[in-house]
Amino acid sequence: MSTSLPVRPEAELAREGYFGRFGGQYVPEALSGALAELVDAWDEAQHDPTFALELTGLLADYGGRPTALYHAIRLSEEAGVEVWLKREDLAHTGSHKVNNVVGQALLARRMGKPRVIAETGAGQHGVATATAAALFGLECTVYMGAEDCRRQRLNVVRMQLLGAEVIPVESGTRTLKDAINEAMRDWVTNVATTHYLIGSAMGPHPFPTIVRTLQAVISRETRRQFPEQAGGQPDAVIACVGGGSNAIGSFAEWIEVDDVRLIGVEAAGEGVGTGRSAATLTEGREAVLHGSRSIVLVDDDGQVSPAHSVSAGLDYPGVGPEHAHLATSGRATYVSATDDDALHGFRRTCELEGIIPALEPAHAVGWVLRHGREALGEGARVILTMSGRGDKDVDEVVEVAGWELGVDRAFAAAPPTGRRTP
Amino acid sequence: MSAAIGAGPQPSSGSAPDRGPARIQAAFDRAAVEDRAALVVYLTAAYPDPATSRACFEAAVAAGADVLEIGLPFSDPMMDGPIIQAANQHVLEAGTTVAEQLELVAGLRHLDVPKLVMTYVTIADTRGWARFADELAEAGIDGVILPDLPVAEAGPWLEQADRCGLATVFLASSVSTDERLAAIVAASSGFVYATGLLGVTGVNAVAGDVTEALVARVGTRTDLPIAVGIGVKDRASAAEVAGYADGVIVGSSVVRAAGEGSAAGAPERVAALVTELRAGVAEG
Ligand SMILES: Cc1ncc(COP(=O)(O)O)c(C=O)c1O
Repeated sequence: MSTSLPVRPEAELAREGYFGRFGGQYVPEALSGALAELVDAWDEAQHDPTFALELTGLLADYGGRPTALYHAIRLSEEAGVEVWLKREDLAHTGSHKVNNVVGQALLARRMGKPRVIAETGAGQHGVATATAAALFGLECTVYMGAEDCRRQRLNVVRMQLLGAEVIPVESGTRTLKDAINEAMRDWVTNVATTHYLIGSAMGPHPFPTIVRTLQAVISRETRRQFPEQAGGQPDAVIACVGGGSNAIGSFAEWIEVDDVRLIGVEAAGEGVGTGRSAATLTEGREAVLHGSRSIVLVDDDGQVSPAHSVSAGLDYPGVGPEHAHLATSGRATYVSATDDDALHGFRRTCELEGIIPALEPAHAVGWVLRHGREALGEGARVILTMSGRGDKDVDEVVEVAGWELGVDRAFAAAPPTGRRTP
Repeated sequence: MSAAIGAGPQPSSGSAPDRGPARIQAAFDRAAVEDRAALVVYLTAAYPDPATSRACFEAAVAAGADVLEIGLPFSDPMMDGPIIQAANQHVLEAGTTVAEQLELVAGLRHLDVPKLVMTYVTIADTRGWARFADELAEAGIDGVILPDLPVAEAGPWLEQADRCGLATVFLASSVSTDERLAAIVAASSGFVYATGLLGVTGVNAVAGDVTEALVARVGTRTDLPIAVGIGVKDRASAAEVAGYADGVIVGSSVVRAAGEGSAAGAPERVAALVTELRAGVAEG
């Protein structure tokens, strides 16, 4: 157990807050003070062994870390590649989001901020934030698109039980991007008392760096676990990408390891090229969204295009700036999985492994099942981050897959909800 | 003003009368001569429709607006409250493109007041800083306000703005450090925008003491005019702000006037409100 968090190599932060040409701080002046304060607080915390000790202790005793690395034998047989699941679904609150919120809640306490706000898509980050707020006695408001409140109802109730105020956002596309806009507006207004506890590796500097560092615990563990359990090193590390927090955390410690492929799986909704997709890195272009320069789904006018995905957590037209950098530099590869691929991955994970996955990582499973053998070679060994559990998605899966037909026939009889990626 | 249009690269000469910064400052000077604050009126371009929008801008100038701030709609306007958000969304849902909005702007050339475009980085940057600057200059625009573009990120834009003779107005906030204020006034031209509260447009009222203190802090650092926006909504609040600022910026309540009833009645409603606001800035 390390006593302080690893500090990133200088070269990667050539210009403060930038990853290559992506990142930065495109925010209203009213947030300048809060971001500067956060930069300082983070800097101090990183060099303070008591911060690392408290964080590591909480993640262990409260959060359930380390999470297991599990060789999914039946899934592997079907996929033709050897799949090791990193079980973030077993972490407290049911997803990797807890890694980030515990760290940021500690920061909020250091900064003396009595209130935290958050955006949430699938509700997992909202639940995690509400959980940390309860643990630390902070006031908590969560913004969630009205459409997402509908399709992730279980998580709305969980947040309310944990004492958070959930505000449904009716503006724009009524999904994650609009929830972020609303959270930003709240923060601009209440910046003196409030920490914006951003849920993914996105937003203005220093958020992408903070979230990455806090999520890097995932790959610190797999770098120890994989050689111990499987021997050697994996051929690929695979994770789903919404804003990119579980993916960057899964990649972080492997970036420097030669010959380990890093593969991010984005949500392609009804398919790349249909106009109903959330495959940002595949279909987007360089633009500024939510405080940083990255790759974004925008039209020629710079208007942000509505994203589409069966998964509320991946239904976002942007992506964290470090992923834009890893994509353009070629260190990581980004592929996509359709709604149909994801539902296939969801179903097979349930049936073959006895694990009900969240729809977000089900995209990664679906991609591996349908494209893994061809893309990685027969028998390749992969770590796949199972970023969360799927209880929250059961209603949505029933609805989109025609559950009324009966559980076992539902999937077989359901019309394909989208084309498969080529 | 046509002298500057499409003139291509030219040496920076902040005092040339045809350049945006000088024209904007002159409008503040004229108001000061009349012993009042300048009135800056914001309206969202093409709201509620292009023809009505044009008539509203004309009505605002006829009723006494000294400077126009023209909002180019963005899908995700982070600094705007419900009224301007809804106006943006309305225009985008009608399918009005940025090119069409700029056509509308070019059609306002006959209005003899300086005009600034207010929009977000994503719109300008996706178009390309150079093309955006060219198109604005071409359309007779004098300056630009990009509320999510801090000075530290503004280098590439400022180069293009300068080349095209456009002013750039940066926002100052009560939370800005002295160091940041120094950078803000150094990079600003035309005027400096002092935000009247912590928050978005059209929700809360100006935080009086805090804003007055901010204006004073900015004032010790620059000779540029200082205008206060966000939180000014009517004659009384305009008068209050005019007591300590060189200019008063009003947006949401004007947009609401443009959109709250029939399109045919919009120019009249805007004129009535602007007349009141103009009386307010003279009372300060
Ligand atoms: C289980 C799970 N995985 C992944 C994501 C996507 O977020 P990120 O890309 O930041 O990991 C979410 C977001 O809600 C989630 O709940």
